[in-house]
Amino acid sequence: MSSVTLFGLCGAALVGLGLFGLIVQPGVLRKILAFNLLGSGVLLLFGVIARRGGGVVAGNGSDPVAQALIITALVVAFAATVLAVALLRRLVQETGRDSLDSDG
Amino acid sequence: MSVALAADAGLALLILGLAVWTSIARTAGGAVIGFMAYGLLVALVWVRLAAVDVALTEAALGSGLTGFVLLGAAARLPRDAPAARPGWGLRLAAGVVSAAVAAGLAAVVLLLPVSAPTLAPAATANLPALGLGNPVTGVLIAYRAIDTLLESVVLVLALIGLWSLARDGDWGGRPGALRSADPSPALVLLAQVLPPLGILVGIYLFWTGAIAPGGAFQGGTVLAAMWVLTLVTGLTRPPRVGGRGVRLLLVAGPALFLAIGVAGFWLGGAFLAYPAGYAKPLILAIEAALTLSIAVALGLLLAGPPLAQSGPRA
Amino acid sequence: MTIALTLFTIITVALGVVFFLAGTVGLLRFPDTLTRLHALTKADNLGLGLVVLGLLPQVAWPFGGLKLIAVWLLALLAGATVGPLLGHAAWTQERGREPPP
Repeated sequence: MSSVTLFGLCGAALVGLGLFGLIVQPGVLRKILAFNLLGSGVLLLFGVIARRGGGVVAGNGSDPVAQALIITALVVAFAATVLAVALLRRLVQETGRDSLDSDG
Repeated sequence: MSVALAADAGLALLILGLAVWTSIARTAGGAVIGFMAYGLLVALVWVRLAAVDVALTEAALGSGLTGFVLLGAAARLPRDAPAARPGWGLRLAAGVVSAAVAAGLAAVVLLLPVSAPTLAPAATANLPALGLGNPVTGVLIAYRAIDTLLESVVLVLALIGLWSLARDGDWGGRPGALRSADPSPALVLLAQVLPPLGILVGIYLFWTGAIAPGGAFQGGTVLAAMWVLTLVTGLTRPPRVGGRGVRLLLVAGPALFLAIGVAGFWLGGAFLAYPAGYAKPLILAIEAALTLSIAVALGLLLAGPPLAQSGPRA
Repeated sequence: MTIALTLFTIITVALGVVFFLAGTVGLLRFPDTLTRLHALTKADNLGLGLVVLGLLPQVAWPFGGLKLIAVWLLALLAGATVGPLLGHAAWTQERGREPPP
């Protein structure tokens, strides 16, 4: 097994872990964290897949096209996280709680 | 098993361990700190995958700034008991689904053909025409320029969304969530000593992005971090959200990008095409403006929605 | 000459790793936050310093070397800032009152 495959398996496990957390965690902040885990697992998988192609052809580096897309994804994920956190803080201001259950 | 593979296996295990910790930590603050350490280790994985540009972005943005935002939120969560966890039936079902997804993805990784289709040779071959040495910057700013243009607009959109969450009475004020009432002297000293060096590093990252790993997003993130450091310690005040100067800075990067892109219709024959021979200076101008706009947008995103001067602190 | 430099690198980096190891053991074994901080700063300052010193002969001079030294100085600055912050927070939390100035 190569290191690249190893990181690919790691990414797959992270996706599973993030998905599980996203569903079962009651707190909104924990859901945001789980979503970030899920996202970074997906990006890791993407990077692993790109590494097989670009690494072989372009010599030393990874596939630059995939890298550029991953950088874009990281920036967008950050923007989404900030917005989610801002919504959460408004939720806490309005309701005093950090869960989405309507009946508590 | 070679030494490198053993080290990589250790790295992967650490990452999985931290991810589990992030999921099960008792306090929200502990979970966020676990997530920040996780992000730094993921940056190491990107280095191991020979994607240094991504590693820089992950360390600065994915771990650093994201962790900062989440930590601020965790500190303001209500202290009372968290909401009830879902019943074991739902948890079992979620576990089965998640395990199935993970297993499916793992199978895909193991069954992948040896070499993937790639555009890397094409991306590398045309770099000299752009005057660039870093293929990632080439893809970001030339081949997939429309992605990058929209991405820089997304930051502005997120900021508009954030500001929209302010109460009506607070509109037009300064973002007030960052400033701590009584900053530690050690932190104040850091905010006085570090920014000159940090600004140099930020500009260097943007400049070197043309030939080596780095670029507008990494440089802008470092600049934003320096600004936020001075905001937290109260050395500088955040601008009013209604101010014209700050709004001009915010849109300067995307606007210049768009203007040069539209000019490409006449000069280069297509939208976002650079006229032959002028690619390098145009790209540098776009990157410089983008770096500034990204830094301002990220800093304001971290600073939170505006607050009226006399209003309650969030 | 090259062999001597390589030997120097190996010995100094190994010494640095020993400091990191000691710092990690201290982090795991020491009883409270303040002593754990003490163990961590030793690993950062001396361990990283020795690793950087050992790597200096292996990089291009002057810019590669200066970058390495800058990394060490920045880590020192970060440690010197975070140490008091964490110490203050830990003292306040564990004893329920402000530390003496």
